[in-house]
Amino acid sequence: MLRENQRHFKFDWITVILFLLLLGFGYFNIMSASHVGEITSYFDTDQLYGKHLIFIGLTFALIVIILSFEAKFYEQFASVIYLVAMLALIGLFIFGKDVNGARSWYGIGSMTIQPSEFAKFATALAVAKYISDLQTNMTTIKDQLRVAAIIFIPALLILLQNDAGSTIVYLAFFFVFYREGLQQVYLIIALSLIILAVLALKFGILITAIAAAVIITIVYLFRKKKRGAVLQHIIVLIFTVAFSYGVKLFYEHGLKAHQQNRISLWLRLEKDPAKLERMKKVEAYNLIQSEQAISSGGISGKGFLQGTRTTGKFVPEQHTDYIFSTVGEEWGFVGTSFVVILFVLLIVRVLYLAEAQKSQFSRVYGYGVASILFVHFTINIGMVMGLIPTVGIPLPFFSYGGSGLWGFTILLFIFVKLDSNKINEW
Amino acid sequence: MRKLLLLTTVILVGLVFIARLFYLQVYDNTAYNIFEDNAIRKVYNYPKRGYVYDRNGKLLVANQPSYDVMVIPREVAPLDSLQIEEFCNLLKITREDYDNKLEKATHYSPRLPSPFVPQLSKKDYAVLQEKIRKFEGFYILKRSLRSYQTNIGANVLGDLGEVNRKTIENDAYYTLGDLIGKQGIEKTYEETLRGVKGIKFIQKDRFNKNIGPFKEGTLDTLPQPGKDVTITIDSDLQAYGELLMKHKRGGIVAIDPSSGEILAMVTGPSYNPNLLVGRERNKNFSSLFLDKVNKPTFDRGLQAQYPPGSPFKVINALIGLQENVVTVDEKFTCRMGYYYGSRRLTGCHHHRSPIAMNGGIAQSCNAYFVNVYRRIVDKYDDAGEGMNVWANHAKSFGLGNFLNNDLSVGQPGRIPDGDYYDRQYGDNRWGSTYIVSNAIGQGEVEATPIQLANMVAAIGNRGYYYTPHIIKNIEGETIDSKYTTPKYTTIDKKHFEPVVQGMFDVYNEGTAKHIRIPGIDICGKTGTAENFIKIDSVKTQLTDHSIFVAFAPKDNPKIAIAVFVENGYWGGRFAGKMASLMIEKHIKGHITRTDLEKWILTHSLEDEYKKPYSGEPFKINGESRLQVIENYATEENYPLKNQNQIDVKL
Ligand SMILES: [Zn+2]
Repeated sequence: MLRENQRHFKFDWITVILFLLLLGFGYFNIMSASHVGEITSYFDTDQLYGKHLIFIGLTFALIVIILSFEAKFYEQFASVIYLVAMLALIGLFIFGKDVNGARSWYGIGSMTIQPSEFAKFATALAVAKYISDLQTNMTTIKDQLRVAAIIFIPALLILLQNDAGSTIVYLAFFFVFYREGLQQVYLIIALSLIILAVLALKFGILITAIAAAVIITIVYLFRKKKRGAVLQHIIVLIFTVAFSYGVKLFYEHGLKAHQQNRISLWLRLEKDPAKLERMKKVEAYNLIQSEQAISSGGISGKGFLQGTRTTGKFVPEQHTDYIFSTVGEEWGFVGTSFVVILFVLLIVRVLYLAEAQKSQFSRVYGYGVASILFVHFTINIGMVMGLIPTVGIPLPFFSYGGSGLWGFTILLFIFVKLDSNKINEW
Repeated sequence: MRKLLLLTTVILVGLVFIARLFYLQVYDNTAYNIFEDNAIRKVYNYPKRGYVYDRNGKLLVANQPSYDVMVIPREVAPLDSLQIEEFCNLLKITREDYDNKLEKATHYSPRLPSPFVPQLSKKDYAVLQEKIRKFEGFYILKRSLRSYQTNIGANVLGDLGEVNRKTIENDAYYTLGDLIGKQGIEKTYEETLRGVKGIKFIQKDRFNKNIGPFKEGTLDTLPQPGKDVTITIDSDLQAYGELLMKHKRGGIVAIDPSSGEILAMVTGPSYNPNLLVGRERNKNFSSLFLDKVNKPTFDRGLQAQYPPGSPFKVINALIGLQENVVTVDEKFTCRMGYYYGSRRLTGCHHHRSPIAMNGGIAQSCNAYFVNVYRRIVDKYDDAGEGMNVWANHAKSFGLGNFLNNDLSVGQPGRIPDGDYYDRQYGDNRWGSTYIVSNAIGQGEVEATPIQLANMVAAIGNRGYYYTPHIIKNIEGETIDSKYTTPKYTTIDKKHFEPVVQGMFDVYNEGTAKHIRIPGIDICGKTGTAENFIKIDSVKTQLTDHSIFVAFAPKDNPKIAIAVFVENGYWGGRFAGKMASLMIEKHIKGHITRTDLEKWILTHSLEDEYKKPYSGEPFKINGESRLQVIENYATEENYPLKNQNQIDVKL
């Protein structure tokens, strides 16, 4: 018994407390954003917030289950878990239920389950498992391709189910790969391509090509070994122009109209005022409402349940993807910066713990957890404030919904378990 | 290094987010204002606007319900052209109007209500009420409009109009579409009459539907009704003055000297106040305002500044006595004018000579007053100082500055002082002989009829006046003490008696003896003012203005009056008769000098006013013939009884 108690105290309580703070604060904001009519009780299961309270209850049960498994279990069964998750995603094509045009739900009675929320931790486990294999070397092309395949499979399946937002999350694994030895050049190429894509859309191909040519020439001039480099530089330039052209082409023909408009709004590409006005009513409507709600909160907010825009349900999807705007309106700058700081602390804490792991599996997995949380945090809050284009993904531990909450809880608490076990590994 | 990439990115993103939040919520955020929160619908509850009564308790202005069609552009459902046509027919507007109005409303705000078609008639409302539901985004707002119980006194009562953008920006009380007093008593007593509108805050959802009261209605307020006011105008006297002013241009202002209360305030031509109520208000107002020939919206009793002419001579007599430069009995010679050396500075008419002050006033001798005036100015070391002393005395009669009262318009007039002529001629490069016109109320002196009426009130009171005002009583309030505190002139009381006697003699034996009223001791003074107009940039003289000031009775006067008739020729011809009739009407309540009344009612100056615009050469003053009208208005058919009769036809 004594041994058992000691074991409990080995969990990283800082992580657990940060998790609980986010969960609790999230619940109150969901209550504000989702209540219909008077609030008679905090446990009114006819209301969405009452349902969420049940999800939270089940979350604690889930945590107990996760922690009761031996840490070794997750490493041993990583591949099986991954396989099950992928089968669940594939099964959607046959048994899935259409919700808002995305075929990403299973219906079980009145409940719905979104397997993509569970695919994240499964993929993180699989990536950790593969990279921690002694024979894996992340600097080789072969292993790079294999590990890329592990994340490519769920990403593709989810994309095919029309859930582009969740697909983007898989880019998070880049941080993991980089940490585990992926060459610097990938980072440079990735950053260059992002900048190039933005430039091409914002300023057109010609200006982008000229800018690229100037930069490439300067790089060439400062190069020490110039022999044979001319051709190399010309190839890079040609690729740059081709890529810009490709981005433009993809933007104009490859994207769906609403995706195109979201990017157009973000980069302020639309010049036609009539069309812009129309876009403001459709694609930018959520964003405008959410920005107004946040900014109307001021320094200290209007108070719990006092947000006029929240009460009036001005921000669509406010209890799910736009929950941060409720924080903004009712809790003001004090509340929003509190949430941002909680997230930063949680991610940094997980990173710190990951680095302290003795086993590579635990470290890679921890890194995966931090990266996935980071991408969700950045995209969700960035979107709600209009810093990045609209991408519909939830805010971890905060947004309404059972699948999301459970997916993130499993993701985090497997790591809490792994971390608690680090001493035993000796 | 590889360990740091994610760590630094996380911290960087956190900082960027907090910076962005700081910008949105702290830096770019003004204090929360519920009126700017478009999640909260503000529903106004307009109180009853206060009624206006005349001094005898006669109701002049009441209220009537009105129905405005409002629009919230964002909520307008797309209509096909047939539906739009039906809607336009119901509203009696054209398709073009429809598009313009909708565009204007959208431009103001797509989500706030704008008036679409204001002030429907009761009949239109009844028809539309049934069908408005079919047209999403439009609704009918019930409001209260003015209902005039009279068709006189448009300039006194004023009117209500929609509040303009600038006022809304400066005064948070008003919202678009609110009515506000634009002229007259409606403007000066706006806050008293309007009351305070009540407000309900209602939580909306994003589909603009009401969810329920905001904060359980704890912020809501009830409307406070506007207060009724009683004005000093005697509507019978006002109506009579307007009758007399028919077919003439000019102003009449009658004041009760014992209180400063304005009894009548007539301007001609005037218009029916009912023209400025309802849907036609804006159209009618522009026609009235743009009539630059008749200028019906220009209140000639308050705004017209003219050289006052001879009535101003009595002020010079009083200043002369006060400055001790002349005695009552000292006589001056008049040789058909005043001569400086061999140069005649001003002419005069034929009368006995030499004359003392009493004769000077009664005969209105120009030479007498030039003598007195020059002595005043030359009493001091330099003419500038003399003029300043003179101007201070004159200004103590309420001349040369705004009266600072409760009328919505006014003009300062002009009393020139030493600085004025220093600017005109150069410092000290002028003397009393340059400016003798001031002695006889010509030259640089200018005054409005209300200033002249107040001036004679001060003379009738022997040295003080109450600021002329129009408010008599406000329900449950005391009126401003500045209207109940006498203002003293700089002239000692003892100097007034001889001057008053002179004005009395004007009626007894002077220029006004033929317009005497039996049984009433009137003191008065006639005046004429030359005037000019530019026709094709040639300065052309028109027939003189006819001016008359009077007070009566001689002791403890009940009425002080100034009458001004444009191009009426000499003072006794139009203005004097009208002043006598007004005095008789006020004191006796009926007219015995029906001969004078008939003469005024049957004689028109309209032909005279057409002359400068005829493009043909014309004659003036004595060579001009008076126009006589056969079918004239009388007190029986004008203006209280016949609702359709107005001076300005639109
Ligand atoms: Zn004379």
